[in-house]
Amino acid sequence: MSITTFPPVTGQAPPLPPQGSAAKAAETKLRSPSASTSGIWIGIFAITMSFAAFTSALFVRQGSGDWIHVVLPRLLYVNTAVLLVSSITLEMARRAYGNIQEREAGSLRTTLLWLGVTLAFGFAFVAGQYMVWKQLAAQGIYLATSSNSSFLYVLTGVHAVHVLGGITGLLRLLVRMTRKQVTLRMSSVANTAIYWHFMGVLWLYLLLVITVRL
Amino acid sequence: MQEPSAQPVHAHAPPKGFLRNYVFSLDHKVIGKQYYGLGLLAVFIAMVLSWIMRFHLVWPTVGVPGLEFLSKAGAPGGVITPEYYLSLMTMHGTLMIFFVLTNAPFAGFGNYFLPIQVGAADMAFPKFNMMSFWVTFVAFLVLITTFFIPDGPPISGWTAYAPLSAVGNDAGPGLGWGQSLWAVSIAIFCIGQLLGSLNFIATTLDMRAKGMTLMRMPSCTWAWFITACIGLMAFAVLLPACLLLILDKVAGTSFFIPSGLVVGDKLQRHAGGSPLLWQHMFWFFGHPEVYIAILPAMGIVTHVLITSMRKPMLSAKVIIYSMMSIGFLSWLVWGHHMFVSGMNPFSSLLFSFPTLTITIPATIVTLIWLGSLYGADIQINSASLFALGFISMFVSGGISGFFLAQPSIDIYLHATYFVVGHFHMVMGVAAIFGIFSGTYFWYPKMTGRMMNETLGKLHFWFSFIGTYCIFMPFHYLGLVGNVRRYSTFVDDYMAPYLPVHKFISIAAFITGAGQFLFLFNLIYSRLRGKEAPANPWNATSLEWSIPSPPPWDNFGGKHPVVYHDPYQYGVKGIKGDFVMQDSPELIVEE
Repeated sequence: MSITTFPPVTGQAPPLPPQGSAAKAAETKLRSPSASTSGIWIGIFAITMSFAAFTSALFVRQGSGDWIHVVLPRLLYVNTAVLLVSSITLEMARRAYGNIQEREAGSLRTTLLWLGVTLAFGFAFVAGQYMVWKQLAAQGIYLATSSNSSFLYVLTGVHAVHVLGGITGLLRLLVRMTRKQVTLRMSSVANTAIYWHFMGVLWLYLLLVITVRL
Repeated sequence: MQEPSAQPVHAHAPPKGFLRNYVFSLDHKVIGKQYYGLGLLAVFIAMVLSWIMRFHLVWPTVGVPGLEFLSKAGAPGGVITPEYYLSLMTMHGTLMIFFVLTNAPFAGFGNYFLPIQVGAADMAFPKFNMMSFWVTFVAFLVLITTFFIPDGPPISGWTAYAPLSAVGNDAGPGLGWGQSLWAVSIAIFCIGQLLGSLNFIATTLDMRAKGMTLMRMPSCTWAWFITACIGLMAFAVLLPACLLLILDKVAGTSFFIPSGLVVGDKLQRHAGGSPLLWQHMFWFFGHPEVYIAILPAMGIVTHVLITSMRKPMLSAKVIIYSMMSIGFLSWLVWGHHMFVSGMNPFSSLLFSFPTLTITIPATIVTLIWLGSLYGADIQINSASLFALGFISMFVSGGISGFFLAQPSIDIYLHATYFVVGHFHMVMGVAAIFGIFSGTYFWYPKMTGRMMNETLGKLHFWFSFIGTYCIFMPFHYLGLVGNVRRYSTFVDDYMAPYLPVHKFISIAAFITGAGQFLFLFNLIYSRLRGKEAPANPWNATSLEWSIPSPPPWDNFGGKHPVVYHDPYQYGVKGIKGDFVMQDSPELIVEE
């Protein structure tokens, strides 16, 4: 090999991040928006993997033959509806935030309204799941009562913890949007929405497992 | 060449104050050093535990001074009980696997060098990064706490096989609170690793500098990336497994405890659980964990060897593809740890086949290393010696893998010292040699000082010869039927082999003592070492294009631009024999 000078620059580079206000940008760098999107999808992958493990455990455990079906509280279906509707309201919030004219006019009223509604539904879902556990306990069905009840509590509990994570994300959006100067990027809203919708999809899957298997 | 730019390039503000600089730092370099430091602390604790075990094996009636202060019940008069032997063994394994072999080569070096090698100012999510370390640190503290509770550490080994790990104190000391804390510690550890893996993957995919295509990433960056992908899946399965174990222990559920189980003359009040379920969930993590430990070392060794040989590997790309294959195959082989669990012989065959298949990419990588070394004018220094030592360990330990992968042979060798010798060489010591190689190689970059080469070489020969003296006889002992986990062999059928055990123990003390040379070198060189230039090894990757130690934002406010594959060595017609990745000179093949 020998060497000559000056060269083509090849290769793809991620786009430079969009700039916030000059003063803000001088001291911090906003990370590449695609990294956040990747992060959300990687996180979703890991959560999927965990629930795949729980499901496999359920199938193996069912082989033991001590499977006593649990009569599911109807409230579970109401909660399902609440979570699914919250996905729609969050989508309304995301679209409202994407409305540039409104954002430039400094008015985030529609966005905040839908976000507030989504949060209310989110809390309602978690509270609803808590009520489901209360109803089960009232029937004398606790975590350790049977193998079915163990899985029922574990699956709904771990899902609820992840929903609480989503609620934290929504609260973060709310706080950032109510600041004087809103520097929140569209992608942050979109990524939170992806996670929240995933919570809905995951719940539908779990509901299927719970109704068919438990 | 770096383009001057007015663009701000760092993902967070410069650190202010002691806490933000050194403790709760968002800087990937500090976090990398914290992981490394935690690994170092864990490795010395785990090494001392192995000393105590080796001492007890050959002098079972002699007390170890001071040990009774750690546990009065476990070591009355300093002589450890068989149960306490198992406790120490559990802690040795857990510390080594999780807090050393996962922390140092992957989380430690990976955190420090992955962002720099891809030309980024930091990880994609610096706050998650900080959290991942501190979560891991909490996991470490929780684990160490088990030494100081009355119950002592669990006696179930690092694999914590159910149902005995799930039924509490009825099954033995340490299985009550000790085992619960163990499970909590590992669950917390999983969360830390998941956060870390997420960061590694997002950074590699989205934070690369202009011109840094995926195939221009150095071998170690690839290794960390593949490891992160494995880690993301493996720890996402171990976490649920630990959660279920904790519930069995504290909430009375029966995931892993079968009906009618009598332990310690007591009928356990559980029903229907499946002990094999734990083994499946654990080994679905456990086998990929082996590659979490070894892949970063393979990447580091490739990186170091190319630099020392001053010529490209026969094919650095095939090494990367092989590492990917190993990563993929690691998901199909967990059952080979369970050949004696009573599984269907056809299942054994199904697990045996991919296990033997893994030897193909592993052999390809080894042959590329050896083929590239053939006729190479290699520069011998501590880093390259440990890299060569790694290959030696990898081959010596790997060959016994051929035997163990076959159910018919494994049934005889299962739970003997043969297995212990196998995994200590191929994943334990080999990965640690990778860590040593990386340390001698990158220390100048990390601290701005050179390490002492004489001490380094001395350390290598202590470790290299010592390792063979310790672990080769293990294979022999295994073949004659020496089972593992027994705390003493003096008065049973193994008595004739006591001299072999004595030899191993003495070798272990000397080899372990040799590690203090390394510790001394680390500290001494930091204080008195020769100042390191930016590129002491005339290496080509991006970490050598910046000052030693790097500025807080890595590239000094600039965006690096990458023009070349990572290993342009042996280039003629220029001053020196190498072209750096960010050098805009064009290389023309003659």
